[in-house]
Amino acid sequence: MAKTYFTEDHEWLRVEGGVATVGITDYAQEQLGDLVFVELPEIGRKLAKGDTAVVVESVKAASDVYAPVDGEITEANGSLSADPSLVNSAATGDGWLWKMKLSNESQLDSLMDEAAYRAHIG
Amino acid sequence: MTGEDTRHLPLEDLHQAAGARFGAFAGWSMPLTYPPGVMKEHLHTREHAGLFDISHMKLFEVGGPGAAALLNRACPLDAGALEISQSKYTFFLNEAAGIIDDLIVTRLGEDRFMVVANAGNAIEDEKHLRALATDFDARIEPLDRVFLAIQGPDAWAALARAGIETGSLLFMHGIEPRQNWFMSRSGYTGEDGFEIGLPEKDARDLIAKLLEDERVQWIGLAARDSLRLEAGLCLHGQDLTPEIDPASAGLMWAIPKEIRAGRFIGADALRSILERGPSQKRVGLKPDGRQPVRAGAALVDAGGNPAGHVTSGGFGPSTGHPVAMGYVDTALAKAGTKLFADVRGTKIPVDVTSLPFTPHRYRKG
Repeated sequence: MAKTYFTEDHEWLRVEGGVATVGITDYAQEQLGDLVFVELPEIGRKLAKGDTAVVVESVKAASDVYAPVDGEITEANGSLSADPSLVNSAATGDGWLWKMKLSNESQLDSLMDEAAYRAHIG
Repeated sequence: MTGEDTRHLPLEDLHQAAGARFGAFAGWSMPLTYPPGVMKEHLHTREHAGLFDISHMKLFEVGGPGAAALLNRACPLDAGALEISQSKYTFFLNEAAGIIDDLIVTRLGEDRFMVVANAGNAIEDEKHLRALATDFDARIEPLDRVFLAIQGPDAWAALARAGIETGSLLFMHGIEPRQNWFMSRSGYTGEDGFEIGLPEKDARDLIAKLLEDERVQWIGLAARDSLRLEAGLCLHGQDLTPEIDPASAGLMWAIPKEIRAGRFIGADALRSILERGPSQKRVGLKPDGRQPVRAGAALVDAGGNPAGHVTSGGFGPSTGHPVAMGYVDTALAKAGTKLFADVRGTKIPVDVTSLPFTPHRYRKG
């Protein structure tokens, strides 16, 4: 019963049982280019919506990825330490960034569904 | 991202057709990457041949009986000692010996020189040179050219296939192979390669021929930056500024010993810097691990004391690890010195290292 949401900052969230798996969209990874490093968050860190959760680094620049909702980090995608390019090759799959336990599920209501996100990126 | 004053390359349509992603650089809308992406573009250049549109850079022809004397005043250079077709890496210095711009000057003829300047400084450079020129019998002509670089081990062969013979041209030499063309064996990647200034129509013809060759691919500004950083080459505005002198930058090799007592602008200041020794020096920095250390990051020594700062940093696709350069206190500039870069509060260990990160492969003879 997972449901997927999108943010204006080009993140996706797959929510199941009060836990969201978060990553960046295919559009975002294309804009960033080849990733060479992902700075993963600490497990247990509490984030408010808009806090920087992860920093993704391409050859050229570092970019922040923000927490799309409030919550607590429960897992980080350790396979990105060895292979950050998974974010490029599988942004919405194996290239997920972190999982977080939601503390305010009503915040999901303000996010976009896939159709709205597609319209957003034109 | 691009304002009204943004300038557009004459060949922008070709880059659009090639699928380029554009970004602003030095007031220009420039192709940053093409569909293969920075990593593949970078590696392709080192393995085959990369084609770069660098028309944002400016070519000036300086001519007249006083041309050499004007350049000798503006640059720490003995322009008259250059052989015809010889190029020299040099600078415009201010009175404090700070680097206004870094340039390549090529002697085209008895009293004609080509000056290639950086995009971001072209307007200031022209003003500076024109102000100085009032004391000399010299004229300065900014040229309206497309400027292309073709870089990599297959560059010469790709040019030959396109009908441009480069055989006798050696690294840091430049010639005028056709009317209104300027071609030098030089570049910004550490590879063998060429830079060609030419009229737009000729450029379109040449590009069409070059791109028929599968060894040749368009390469964007992002890979241009990672290539030059691996090659240990400076970017003005980052690694060189009007506050940095050639001695601190480790670029004294560009200033012939015989003229260091000379009368170029900044000579007195440079002499006194050399006498007391520069307080900081430019060095290569190799971060431990995979996390890039970027321009602006502060450097500290093992005791946590300020040691310097990073001026360029990123990931080296050919080295397979992050690469950076920056300025450190002279006492810490020895290769092997262990320092730490502050990246968002984390202290990343970095080794001071000699440059370049990837060996230069110039055709010198």
